[in-house]
Amino acid sequence: MTTEKIRPLVLEYTIVSGDFAGGGKAASDVKRCLSQLGCQSEVIRRVAVATYEAEMNMIIHSFGGKITIYISSDNIRILCEDTGPGIPDIELAMQEGYSTASDKIREMGFGAGMGLPNMKNCSDFFCIDSGEGQGTKVEMVINL
Amino acid sequence: MGYFHSVTLDKEKCKGCTTCIKYCPTEAIRVRDGKAVIIDERCIDCGECIRRCPHQAKMAVTDTLDSLDNFKYKVVIPAPSLYGQFKKEITVERILNSLLALGFDYVFEVAQAAELVSDFIAGELQKGKFKRPAISSACPAVIRLIQVRFPALLDNVITILSPMEVAARLVKKRLQEEKGFKVEEIGVFFISPCAAKVTSVKSPLSTEKSYVDGVLNMSAVYAKLINNLVDEENMHLLQKANGRGIGWAISGGESLALKSENYLAVDGNENVIKIRELLEMGKLQDIDFLECQACLGGCVGGPLTVENSFIAKKRIKLLIDKYGTKVKGPDNAYQKLSDFAYWVKKLEPREILKLDDDREKALGKMIKLEEILKNLPGLDCGSCGAPNCRALAEDIVRGKGSEFDCIFKLRERIKVLAEHMVELSNKVPPSIGKKLG
Repeated sequence: MTTEKIRPLVLEYTIVSGDFAGGGKAASDVKRCLSQLGCQSEVIRRVAVATYEAEMNMIIHSFGGKITIYISSDNIRILCEDTGPGIPDIELAMQEGYSTASDKIREMGFGAGMGLPNMKNCSDFFCIDSGEGQGTKVEMVINL
Repeated sequence: MGYFHSVTLDKEKCKGCTTCIKYCPTEAIRVRDGKAVIIDERCIDCGECIRRCPHQAKMAVTDTLDSLDNFKYKVVIPAPSLYGQFKKEITVERILNSLLALGFDYVFEVAQAAELVSDFIAGELQKGKFKRPAISSACPAVIRLIQVRFPALLDNVITILSPMEVAARLVKKRLQEEKGFKVEEIGVFFISPCAAKVTSVKSPLSTEKSYVDGVLNMSAVYAKLINNLVDEENMHLLQKANGRGIGWAISGGESLALKSENYLAVDGNENVIKIRELLEMGKLQDIDFLECQACLGGCVGGPLTVENSFIAKKRIKLLIDKYGTKVKGPDNAYQKLSDFAYWVKKLEPREILKLDDDREKALGKMIKLEEILKNLPGLDCGSCGAPNCRALAEDIVRGKGSEFDCIFKLRERIKVLAEHMVELSNKVPPSIGKKLG
């Protein structure tokens, strides 16, 4: 017997630049949804970390953007799209410990240069598209 | 599926006021037919509802002093938080001696076991036995909270027996060896500040069967003690624990006892949930040890305590200063605890939030839940008996509620129906005459 595939659940979040208080909302919501789906704890952890890092990256570095999360019965797809300033050297940004965050941000405990590497480590599929002066797009897929 | 719960409802006293449902960290309470109903599989026995209920309708089931009669040799193991219930003029020594006067034959301080457990945990942490940050398992309520809400953190939990359990084992071993009692002749009674500890004895997570034979309500014991304090002249020397063990009664006390430099101590359900959210999202990587307690202030804030938790906390701090925090010898702890210190049961997640066993169906329910939620007023008023609109939507998709449980939805529907009725009442059959309309 095959069950018909259901369309995914879509969660949408608008991320405001500098809104530290709002950071973690998407991660917290998606975490709850995965518990309700009955996902394994390791998957929940990876999705939570990936989403949280994406949120914080946008809050710290971007001019604002959108995170859309598609939850289906096989995987979680996290789409992040912001409006700049973009990443001039993606390879450098993907290195652990590399960060362009200001001292002020670092004093708050962020900007350790682990955001993008963490996001990549947590996903089964990771794709980033960016360039100086344009927005950044990140797509992550985590299989269930 | 179910396990013993200490937290229960006194139906007579419950007014169905919805206060408790709002504060339950696992949304385990609904109001039905004018009374609170606890959903057993969700309840973690944290006792938040006992503290919040304005009508004292929530209580903790505990054992009574009568159950002492079932044993030939009666041992009391008081939680260190008991010491914080009394004015500082009433010394620890006097409290312990007065306990004996209540009908116990022997007293063994849980604080004394706490010192050994501290040494043992510190040693195991140093060996890197636990995933960082290692999470204390001293508070059973927050461990059950991890099972339900933070399964990704289960691997971080320090699965070493609590000071209470260790105290019970040590004292039974000692009495068998030194006094020749049979194990079934010895009754060990714990004086508890909370409901969660009762549950951890009746339905332990760590072991098949607890070595504690009965759990007494701290406020009930206090009431007996305060009127029967022994004279200072006739006292035996009973106190063995120093400030290191006594400190476990307050938030941060365990960290102090472990001599952990890089720790974080968080107390109160709400705060514990917030910090664990961050932890699950990968923050707090720089912390070695995380101490979480469901009650504000730590065990001194337990729902079965008598004294205001801030006052009790201050008293415990004075006792820590008075008796010091000297480490007595870690080798001793290893020698005494190595055989049995670890949990024998595996700490498993409890997937009670899952909407359906079939993932496809669960997803369908989740989509439906979000749709229902969009149409609910979002006031989280609790009038439907669920703690918030999302919880009602969840109940509906689980088949345990209806949209019209919401009084606003019901009113809307009645309005539509009423308008319909007026409209219909204006309709006149042509045989009578259309002009009436």
